[in-house]
Amino acid sequence: MTVLDGHDVVGPPGEPEVVDARGLHDIDEAGALTVLRRGVAASPELRAGIGLTAFMALAVAGGKLLVPLAIQFILDRGFAEDGIRMGLVAGFAAVAATLVVGSIFLGRATYYRLARTAENVLMGLRVRAFAHLHRLSLAEHTASRKGALTARVTSDVETLTKFAQWGAIAWIIDSIQVVGVLTVMALYSWQLTLVTVLVYLPLLPMLRAMQRRQLRAYDRLRTRVSETFEIVSESVLGVEPIRAYGYREAIRGRIHRAIGAQYRQQMKAARFFSLFMPLTDIFGVMAVATVVGAGVWWGPGWGVTSGELIAFVFLINLLLAPITELGEVLDQTQTALAGWWKILDVLDTPVEIVEPDAGPVLAGGALAVRAEAVEFGYRGGDRVLHGIDVDIPPGTSVAVVGETGSGKTTFAKLMARLADPTAGRLSVGGVDLRDLTGDERRRAIRMVPQDGFLFDTTVGDNIRFGRPDATGDDVAAAVDALGLGPWVASLADGIDTRVGERGESLSVGERQLVALARAQVADPGLLILDEATSAVDPETETALEQALENLARGRTTVSVAHRLSTAERSDLVLVFDRGRIVEQGSHEDLARGDGVYAGLYASWIGNTRS
Amino acid sequence: MFRRGWRLVRGSFRAHPVPHILGISGANVFAVAVVGFTVVIGRVTDEVIVPGLDGAGVDGSAIVGGMVALVVIGLIRGTAIMARRWFNMMAVARTQRTWRLDITDRYLDVPVAFHRARPAGELLAHADNDVEVASAVLMPLAFSMSVVALVAVSLISLLVVHPLFALVAVLLFPTLAVLNRTYTNAVEAPSARAQEDVGRVSAIAHESLDGVLVVKTLGREDQEVARLAAAADDLRRERIEVGRRRADFAPVIYSLPNLGIIVLLFVGTMLVDRNAVTIGEMVRAMALFSILSLPMEILGFLFQSMPASVVAKDRINGVLAVHPEARPADVPEVVEPVTVEFDDVGFRYPPGDSGAGAPAVLDGLSFRMAAGETVALVGATGSGKSTAVTLLAGLEPATAGRVLVGDIDTVALGPDGVGQVVVPVFQESFLFADTIRQNLLLDREVPDGEIQRLLRVVEADGFVADLPQGLDTVVGERGVTLSGGQRQRLAIARALLRRPRVMVLDDATSAVDPTIEAAILENLRAHRGRTLLIIAHRLATIRLADRVLFLDGGRIAAEGTHDELLGVPAYAALARAYEEAGT
Repeated sequence: MTVLDGHDVVGPPGEPEVVDARGLHDIDEAGALTVLRRGVAASPELRAGIGLTAFMALAVAGGKLLVPLAIQFILDRGFAEDGIRMGLVAGFAAVAATLVVGSIFLGRATYYRLARTAENVLMGLRVRAFAHLHRLSLAEHTASRKGALTARVTSDVETLTKFAQWGAIAWIIDSIQVVGVLTVMALYSWQLTLVTVLVYLPLLPMLRAMQRRQLRAYDRLRTRVSETFEIVSESVLGVEPIRAYGYREAIRGRIHRAIGAQYRQQMKAARFFSLFMPLTDIFGVMAVATVVGAGVWWGPGWGVTSGELIAFVFLINLLLAPITELGEVLDQTQTALAGWWKILDVLDTPVEIVEPDAGPVLAGGALAVRAEAVEFGYRGGDRVLHGIDVDIPPGTSVAVVGETGSGKTTFAKLMARLADPTAGRLSVGGVDLRDLTGDERRRAIRMVPQDGFLFDTTVGDNIRFGRPDATGDDVAAAVDALGLGPWVASLADGIDTRVGERGESLSVGERQLVALARAQVADPGLLILDEATSAVDPETETALEQALENLARGRTTVSVAHRLSTAERSDLVLVFDRGRIVEQGSHEDLARGDGVYAGLYASWIGNTRS
Repeated sequence: MFRRGWRLVRGSFRAHPVPHILGISGANVFAVAVVGFTVVIGRVTDEVIVPGLDGAGVDGSAIVGGMVALVVIGLIRGTAIMARRWFNMMAVARTQRTWRLDITDRYLDVPVAFHRARPAGELLAHADNDVEVASAVLMPLAFSMSVVALVAVSLISLLVVHPLFALVAVLLFPTLAVLNRTYTNAVEAPSARAQEDVGRVSAIAHESLDGVLVVKTLGREDQEVARLAAAADDLRRERIEVGRRRADFAPVIYSLPNLGIIVLLFVGTMLVDRNAVTIGEMVRAMALFSILSLPMEILGFLFQSMPASVVAKDRINGVLAVHPEARPADVPEVVEPVTVEFDDVGFRYPPGDSGAGAPAVLDGLSFRMAAGETVALVGATGSGKSTAVTLLAGLEPATAGRVLVGDIDTVALGPDGVGQVVVPVFQESFLFADTIRQNLLLDREVPDGEIQRLLRVVEADGFVADLPQGLDTVVGERGVTLSGGQRQRLAIARALLRRPRVMVLDDATSAVDPTIEAAILENLRAHRGRTLLIIAHRLATIRLADRVLFLDGGRIAAEGTHDELLGVPAYAALARAYEEAGT
């Protein structure tokens, strides 16, 4: 007769899931068992000691059956024709009490084992998925997928954790309990068991239908929630244009409407939330009433005793609780399986860049670069580079120019082997990039990306990361070589100044200075620079120019140029357009001609030096 | 803590009394019905089951009567649950709605300075997560409010049967309540630590994957994995600790009522033996025992969610305590010619949490712009250019001196009055996730012909026409991604659509191609009578101005034409830096 439900506390659903544009596999096609099979295969931790844990869970669920068993035994055996056998009752009560206490200890060990296994599995899964993400080529880490990939090792694992703490345990204990209760019932009277099952039968399709509508309602609620979130975040992020352009009252109206719509959908979803529990409860009551009626009417013929019938009333209660709970965790289970599936997909994504264990050693000093019919396309996307052929002699400074999306940045990334060409060949110092070991490649080729990302430690450490065996002296030498001494001295704690998360305590320009010093420590023969587009204050800009000039000396440099002053100073200009090199040559030659570059240059010169 | 929790609950109750009262009523009906059901079960045992199976038998009407009684009380109980859940949910949802509206309204009404002083993520968390967390304590509220009734009715019911039964209950259930409380306390610290670890793991994952390019170029994958693994291992340890404590308590809490029932069974049998109670009464007591553990859990939920809810509500209250910005009721009319004047203007940010006064950003800034004049404001980073724009646009008041538009103080005009005349365009051209048309109009009504004309002014007609749905193309996260230059051009068109008499370009063309920028500025200057204030880093742009104001240390250090100012060393140095950085 349980009816008091703890799940009044179940709140509305959480954040909407980041849409994964690729959608490798569809969970619906796979089914829960496939996920489970893949999941177990991917997590050896899951198999450790699972047999014993399962056996213990069986015993725990069995412990819950003790009460109706005791009731039936004492009512039927203790109450004899000639009065009550107190000795037997006392003895049995003592045994039952001992067993209950025993089940407490067993339960304690079982819950602990379940928690430990779950956490080991989750940690293993998280770390392996994270490591795998870092092994994937940059072709997988596109800007649009960054959020989704990060979610794999954060929110998806957290979803699984919530499931492991409630849903998974419910599935294990509850299903054992349902089977156990039905078994005991059948031992007492198969007829009454049949009656119970028949009364419950219509409940299952009803629950299923409600579940489905509830999921849809919550789905719509999630949409409403994210709509509210979007408009509120616009009102916060766009506070200046909103105030300056008199948009305040209009956006207030929109926010009010969004919040109102969210409330209405919340109450629509609440319909199912309020119906679910009482519905199963009412079915439970019907089952009790029917079993009592049938048991008393036909019981004598079926050999049902009063103790068994009363035990049945308690057993029905024990059947109700797990069914209700399983209904409540179904939603959670689906979400968790979907999350699990997505994590497993990450682990199954093939690692495209395979580095050899041993390979040739590149000569010191400036390196030549050669591209032969290089093509590149992102998986499932359009081709970004077509037939790139170029020869760069050692020591040349090259500027790669072109509009956004022309493929110039992709070309730079291929040279650092952040992804492999889909066709053709890229060689540096006469060696195909694919033949170089990772260590050798990183020693000789260094890319300085435009985002100036720094690790959350000191300026000195960030510079030292440029080479695995770099010392403090190397750092100091690099700083001096680039003429950054005065800048470092101006920092609060000099070289030991902490840069904050992602380096955000420093300005954009200062982060670039650190990135350049980091490259200097590595002393590469080929330097690939992706110029920053964001504005840097003129003071830092001067320091940057100086540092770049020092860094480039004696190396082959390829700069993805966003400003033509860089192109003007270079030996060779490569003009990219829609994935092809449309012009190449010296700045002087190209500027004098009448091609794409000449046009770009003319407008620039006309506007900045008028 | 309890008093603050109570204040939160009382606030919600006062704002939405009807659903709260109905929910609590449902919960109390439920409490009575639940005990009533055990009474019916007891009587059915005595009057139907025992005589029917062990005695002389019962007639059909008694059986049917028993069944009907069970179903009726069951339906009452079921309906009461529905009422409790539905109305309690309504109370929660309405409270959330109220809080959300209050917070978002306040965001729209507070001074811009409030927004500047806080990260957007924090403000969004107040309107979203904090509302959820603060209302969590209301979820088990209706149920909790019936626990007293439930316990009282149950005790009376047991006392009526036999004082010994009541004694067992009095010994057992407070123990259960204490255990629940101890359990909640025991997991609180490791749960909180685990929550912190989740934050750390997530921060590392975000940071590391954001910097994947750098990690790859440096070959630091292994170190990054080790860093995450260490944090994940801390999390694993804390969670296993939570699991261990849960394992310590949960089986005891679940099994204690069962132990109680077995004691009842023994005591009951003795009492039946002495004819003090009937079998049915014993069954009734046992049935009651099997349900009484949950109210103790519900109270546990209430106490458990209270601290987090109270803290979240405090944060919400912090937002609601901020005063709205002043918006004068009578806005004076600005008449032509619209001049701009800064009269000994000073500005400093309010002291931070440390109480230390912030240095002055503007200090004695004075200048005057005639109607129709084009002026460039030039100064090094941090010289106060953008602050001057903010003040001129009426987004923040000056902390000293006066800013006048058409010889009227901007304070008297208020932000709305200033907005009628002065329209700024910011470097960060914020576009709403909406169509281009709506982004230009922002709910104003302007014919398409005029929109097209303005798009031509900002040289944006071409690329807009090339978009899949033209003006109706959705931009932003869910739509088309525009380049920085395209966005800036649309932002200028949006400002022009407001027919500004004073237009301020705060580095508003930094991402626009120089050729196009020059064309736009020519178009803007072609409009006679519009006063134009430009902040730019390109010399070509600065040269376009009738006059250049050189800002240094929060005040005008020199003024004149660009060529005249080249004689000022500080200005010349800056101009050289701009030229070298030339984009």
